[in-house]
Amino acid sequence: MITLLYFARLRETFGKSSETLALPAGAATLETVRALLAARGGAWAVELAPGRAFRAAVIQDVANGDTPVKDGDEVAFFPPVTGG
Amino acid sequence: MNVRVQMEDFDVSREIAAVRAGNPRIGAVASFVGVVRDLNDGSSVAEMTLEHYPGMTEKSIEAIINEARGRWDVMNARVIHRVGTLKPLDQIVLVVVASGHRGDAFAACEFIMDYLKTRAPFWKKEETPNGGRWVDARAADDAAAERWQKNP
Repeated sequence: MITLLYFARLRETFGKSSETLALPAGAATLETVRALLAARGGAWAVELAPGRAFRAAVIQDVANGDTPVKDGDEVAFFPPVTGG
Repeated sequence: MNVRVQMEDFDVSREIAAVRAGNPRIGAVASFVGVVRDLNDGSSVAEMTLEHYPGMTEKSIEAIINEARGRWDVMNARVIHRVGTLKPLDQIVLVVVASGHRGDAFAACEFIMDYLKTRAPFWKKEETPNGGRWVDARAADDAAAERWQKNP
């Protein structure tokens, strides 16, 4: 299982701030996770479509599609940042 | 603590004094304060709410400060970023950099702020007459951060 976190507009759109997700057997990457979530359809498919301006982190480090994800990891999806 | 994320306001004089405390080799202190405006993208803003990613926020700002230490003579640095509900005129963010000389202090302070804008996981939601809206990331901020990669 991994822990998923959503922030800001994505948290509102998905209607939740966190959940757990079972990884499929075998090696997984951030792209594996993105595809699993996008396959839910609706807002998930829209917001996490390839080419959409979302960002992600694995264990609190900025990640890309090739970043490995393993059981126990914290994975976050969020919009481009707007602090400062 | 040199990186703080907090709801409360901060006192710039007190923070600068803490950054300088006890180090007579510091010859320059540069600081930047970001404040809330009452207008953004053509709409009046009554208040805004800042959300962040606890844990990753502190980690990413510490990484930015460490990168600045690798590029310039940084004797001490401090970043404070507020979260929660803020109103126009409120202070949002403080960056303080102490160095031997002003050139390094100015450059490192600007670098930290530019990187913070594009890398630290904060998000602003503004309350406008048309309701709440999430602020979009600006291409200008990306460009400001990128120029440090071309001209370190």
